[in-house]
Amino acid sequence: MLEVKNVAKSFNLKNLDKGKFSVIRDACFNVNSGECVALIGNSGCGKSTLMRMIYGNYVCAEGQIYIDKENILDLKAIEMSILRKQKMGYVSQFLRVLPRVSTIDLVMEPLLDQFESRARAKDIAETLLSRLNLSSQLWHLSPLTFSGGEQQRVNIAIGFSKDYKLLLLDEPTASLDRENKKIVMDMISEKKEKGSAILGIFHDKEVRDKVCDREIDVSNFSAS
Amino acid sequence: MSNSEEDFNFAYLDEQTKRMIRRALIKAICIPGYQVPFASREMPMPYGWGTGGVQVTAACLQETDVLKVIDQGSDDTTNAVSIRKFFERVAGVKTTENTGKASVIQTRHRIPEQVLSEDQILVYQVPIPEPLRFLEPRETETRVMHALEEYGLMHVKLYEDISINGEISTAYAYPVKVNDRYIMDPSPTPKFDNPKMNFCPAIQLFGAGREQRIYAVPPYTKVISLDFEDYPFEASRAEKTCEICGATNTYLDEVVIDDKGTRMFSCSDSDYCNSQKS
Amino acid sequence: MEQILKAKAINKKFGDVYACNNLSIELYTGEVVGIVGESGSGKSTLLNCLSGSLVPDGGNITYLDRDNNWLDLLSLPEPRKRNLLRTEWAFVHQNPRDGLRMAVSAGGNIGERLMAIGYRNYSQIRAEATEWIEKVEIDAIRLDDKPSIFSGGMQQRLQIAKNLITKPRLIFMDEPTGGLDVSVQARLLDLIRSLVRELGLSVIIVTHDLAVARFMANRLIVMKNGKIVETGLTDQVLDDPQHSYTQLLVSSILKV
Ligand SMILES: Nc1ncnc2c1ncn2[C@@H]1O[C@H](COP(=O)(O)OP(=O)(O)OP(=O)(O)O)[C@@H](O)[C@H]1O
Ligand SMILES: Nc1ncnc2c1ncn2[C@@H]1O[C@H](COP(=O)(O)OP(=O)(O)OP(=O)(O)O)[C@@H](O)[C@H]1O
Ligand SMILES: [Mg+2]
Ligand SMILES: [Mg+2]
Ligand SMILES: [Zn+2]
Repeated sequence: MLEVKNVAKSFNLKNLDKGKFSVIRDACFNVNSGECVALIGNSGCGKSTLMRMIYGNYVCAEGQIYIDKENILDLKAIEMSILRKQKMGYVSQFLRVLPRVSTIDLVMEPLLDQFESRARAKDIAETLLSRLNLSSQLWHLSPLTFSGGEQQRVNIAIGFSKDYKLLLLDEPTASLDRENKKIVMDMISEKKEKGSAILGIFHDKEVRDKVCDREIDVSNFSAS
Repeated sequence: MSNSEEDFNFAYLDEQTKRMIRRALIKAICIPGYQVPFASREMPMPYGWGTGGVQVTAACLQETDVLKVIDQGSDDTTNAVSIRKFFERVAGVKTTENTGKASVIQTRHRIPEQVLSEDQILVYQVPIPEPLRFLEPRETETRVMHALEEYGLMHVKLYEDISINGEISTAYAYPVKVNDRYIMDPSPTPKFDNPKMNFCPAIQLFGAGREQRIYAVPPYTKVISLDFEDYPFEASRAEKTCEICGATNTYLDEVVIDDKGTRMFSCSDSDYCNSQKS
Repeated sequence: MEQILKAKAINKKFGDVYACNNLSIELYTGEVVGIVGESGSGKSTLLNCLSGSLVPDGGNITYLDRDNNWLDLLSLPEPRKRNLLRTEWAFVHQNPRDGLRMAVSAGGNIGERLMAIGYRNYSQIRAEATEWIEKVEIDAIRLDDKPSIFSGGMQQRLQIAKNLITKPRLIFMDEPTGGLDVSVQARLLDLIRSLVRELGLSVIIVTHDLAVARFMANRLIVMKNGKIVETGLTDQVLDDPQHSYTQLLVSSILKV
């Protein structure tokens, strides 16, 4: 499903002296459908950077990244944004949403983007939020004032609302309590069974052992 | 055409001016409802006293014409009398109060009740010729709107009327569409008179002195008052009878007749009222 | 995915100032493109050229109309152009006064486009105006009020209702939330976003606010001195900017 080939990444901060530095070199790996693969490595080795390049959030100037055999680095911005909507879910570490929009609307949004009916989108969103133990009193509020754990669960609900072919998870369980962590692990397993390819960054070894089929050590691709 | 100079050079205006105004009039008649700019001249009366109408009348008058001047339907207001006197002096034409006997009728704010005929010219005094002015102050923009027939705005005005008053409350200067093309301001005549403009046998000429515009409706031209399907145009009048002649189908004025404030309704068209009395 | 607007090599000079220097942009159906850049970089000039309110000195602009014909906008007859502006296009100005008639009631403002395209039934116009004023979250009781007594946020919402009532396909916005305070701004952006999705609109939005750009736009164009310095997916341009100017722009403001 996902194939990363000879990918390298360097940042060039042009307004700084010595602003140019390499982070990743010659990264090669793949993730199959129905499989969950963990990116591991010490802090700062480039796990999030790699994931962001796959999502198109960071520019990838070297190598190839294939999704469904299509090199996404050849895509125009508009094509990439369509590919995201159709195939790729991304749960980032931090929630970044428009102020004032209610939690339920945020979760419904990706579904509506794919022309689901409002009623069905609402149904799916409510089921997800309930499952993640998010009190229904919060559904109609903006998540921007929620606690860290609540925000993260909103983020997960947004990323899990659809059955994406590829799911990118950057520390989805970091600030969750045991009970909620367990629920998220179950959700990940279900997505696997449904055939999603999942690439995740999990600091928590317990989570990795439970849901991940393989680990890829990103420090092996480290440029330094 | 050898003695043309002699023929034309009367009725106050010099020949140049008269020719210029006649040209504007011909253009106006060719494009019914279209406002033709013209170089309005100083007249021996202030703007707002019918200088546009006076220039148009002066440009039309010939020695054989018989002139009638009305103001709000009446022949004997100061304004009507002074314009009539003016033309008696500068053109020496005959004048009349009898609508049927006049060949040129200059009017402010009314159309005579008596149906006009093909050999008559009705000259309107117009203060503000641009019907769109109320909502669109930019002249450049209103010109483009006329050119491109973008008249949605005119209905916005009527919409506002209904939303505020529950009906189209515009009672004067009620906008019309001429010959299915131009939207025109019929000058501040009551909307009761609007239907008289439609397929009128007489030539209707409009002169705006201060704004320097002339426009026209040729004989037998379609003139339709704008409206909404569910709020159709109505040529309304006071639901009263003229207390002088007993007419029930004329436009009425309400006048105070004594010191106690007693009011009376009577025809605003004084000539018509007189003719009905006898 | 189909293009709806294509502009090639747009040039516009004011005196010696190149407000648009050889700019090319394309817009796809359903796409929201943001144009960001510092004051004076030529954003509004570009938008005005694209929307036909300014004639560029050179270049080529084509638009795919409702009937699937590519129209050459620079040679399009004026009546057709104005017709497009009333039907298939909309322009939301920063200052609501530029887009509203302040002496006309809210309902009259919203209904104007309908009347312009031939609606002649008062009740129907009023019904649609009521529907739209509610859609933009203004109480329908205010339908007969003049916009001059509305708050800035309400005026802006009214302007949007007025523009969207004829279901346009392409909408130009120049700083639509410019003068508004933050909470009002967020509500308005959310409203615009849901309308964009509901109606499948294509949008070009000019803003100097990167937060607004992030939340509204799929794709971003960064301008400086009349030139495009960078373009790409919005989050990519903001999170991993390539051009030194964009890097400066992104780092010089609070994290968005
Ligand atoms: N947008 C950026 N601009 C410049 N440098 C960046 C950017 N994003 C990441 N980096 C740098 O790239 C390197 C890798 O960062 P990254 O966030 O990928 O690490 P990580 O492996 O995810 O670490 P952690 O486990 O702490 O999250 C770091 O040195 C970081 O400072
Ligand atoms: N009508 C005009 N006459 C002369 N110069 C103009 C005109 N319009 C714009 N300019 C100049 O063109 C340049 C670009 O202006 P423009 O309004 O497009 O900038 P902008 O990016 O929209 O800025 P802002 O964010 O302040 O609105 C500026 O230098 C401006 O002074
Ligand atoms: Mg990380
Ligand atoms: Mg601007
Ligand atoms: Zn009478």
